[in-house]
Amino acid sequence: MLQIRGLIKRYRTGDAALSGVDLDVPSGEVIGLIGPSGAGKSTLIRCINRLVEPSAGRILVHGEDVTALGRRDLRRMRRRMGMIFQEYALVERLTVMENVLSGRLGYVPFWRSFFRRFPPQDVRNAFAILDRVGLMDHVDKRADALSGGQRQRVGIARALQQNPDLLLVDEPTASLDPKTSRQIMRLICEICAERKLAAVVNIHDVSLAQMFLKRIVGLRAGVIVYDGPADGLTPEVLTRIYGEEDWTRTTRREEEGDDEPDMSTRTPLVAVS
Amino acid sequence: MSVPASPGKVYPDVWRRPPFIANPLWRWAIYGGAVLYLVLAVHSVEVNWVRVVEGLERAGRLLSGFLTPNFVTRWHDIALGMQESLTMTVTATVVGILISVPIGIGAARNLAPSPVYLTCRGIIAVSRALHEVIVAILFVAMVGFGPLAGFLTLSFATIGFLAKLLAEDIEDIDASQAEAVRATGASWLQLINYGVQPQVMPRLIGLSLYRLDINFRESAVVGIVGAGGIGATLNTALDRYEYDSAAAILILIIVIVMLCEYGSGLIRRRIQ
Repeated sequence: MLQIRGLIKRYRTGDAALSGVDLDVPSGEVIGLIGPSGAGKSTLIRCINRLVEPSAGRILVHGEDVTALGRRDLRRMRRRMGMIFQEYALVERLTVMENVLSGRLGYVPFWRSFFRRFPPQDVRNAFAILDRVGLMDHVDKRADALSGGQRQRVGIARALQQNPDLLLVDEPTASLDPKTSRQIMRLICEICAERKLAAVVNIHDVSLAQMFLKRIVGLRAGVIVYDGPADGLTPEVLTRIYGEEDWTRTTRREEEGDDEPDMSTRTPLVAVS
Repeated sequence: MSVPASPGKVYPDVWRRPPFIANPLWRWAIYGGAVLYLVLAVHSVEVNWVRVVEGLERAGRLLSGFLTPNFVTRWHDIALGMQESLTMTVTATVVGILISVPIGIGAARNLAPSPVYLTCRGIIAVSRALHEVIVAILFVAMVGFGPLAGFLTLSFATIGFLAKLLAEDIEDIDASQAEAVRATGASWLQLINYGVQPQVMPRLIGLSLYRLDINFRESAVVGIVGAGGIGATLNTALDRYEYDSAAAILILIIVIVMLCEYGSGLIRRRIQ
């Protein structure tokens, strides 16, 4: 459903962030995008919904070229792509509910969003999603009153509220502790499986990526240098992506056994890792 | 804990902070020049001691007038002036805020395209370049004596103040929050409403309240050049050497400014 052809991004400073990226993501597949800082992971993800304007190349979503869209069509396209951010990027002074409902902004007219009068099915849907991510008790709290893990769940709920076909996930666990990181990654993968969502997960924790994602794409200096199964991340491949380092201790598979009580009471895990 | 040091090496036991101006020649020239200027400047002030003594006597009368403030004799004029000033202040602040919000948004580099940005910055620059008193003189010349000129002056001054600070606050917002709102497919207005407004609202309210007390104080000043309000009453009282009434007016101004200050403090604490 997502096809990227010859994507190039050069910033005005002259730095080439992406130099000719080709990538295919079929419907329902979740891929992990790894690479060193500055490799262009965030730029790649932001080019897909054009938060960053690509310099050249084509991005096809369901066969429609995102790079050629006008303003109105771009908005229509953006609402089908949910985005989850590194530092959650919640609007801190708004309530959890307002943040989740902001996922509908692309669908409702201005007056509805201004007076917070969203259509009933949107509100019902928002409650259902908040229940799914385990935040039913926090609906009326302000976003800045939540912990990191809770905030990222609001971020996930906001993306889902858009009813997307594609999730763009930018370092979802970068500001979380190891345990919460796993819970969030598990939640994202479960939800993608439940809803048959395709996703591009930009992640810098290699072992976390291996634990949850089947297909890994390695980016280095704006070029894809690896595209294959997570099992194929041998020390040689990691050296190709990140450069010389002792990789033998990083790729070790870690045992899982960190379920929080409130997580295990809900839907059983969908096997994804 | 002892720090291992290389044997045989001698370390200096004196350290001075590097001077702010590295070149000693420049340093002495600049500091010396500043001192010289100060000495010359102080010498250039001519003090006419005869006038100082005469002035002291007048100051004594003024101060004794202040010790016996007279609210009664001119109460009618004072009440009218106060009412005019307060009306002028409130209306000018409200109108000023309404106009400065769109100008402030237009003057934020991260929201507005270049031509809009430059236009709005231009309006702000003009408004800030002219002091209230000068603007008041111009408006008095245009629309005549009275509170209308004062209202126009204060509205105009509010725009420069509020729009500039609002624009700067908008430029300082957390861009990732706005980016996330943009990523949902929000329109420009929705971006402002969801991504920007929540971030700048507390400060906008705080600044508006602050501008309310500035406008009240300025309303007294612009009155002196004929733009109505309590300033005009104060000016009349001083012209007639009625220092006791003038004292009453000043005391009322102080009380009202303090009340505004206290009230806005209360409100600002609640909206944080």
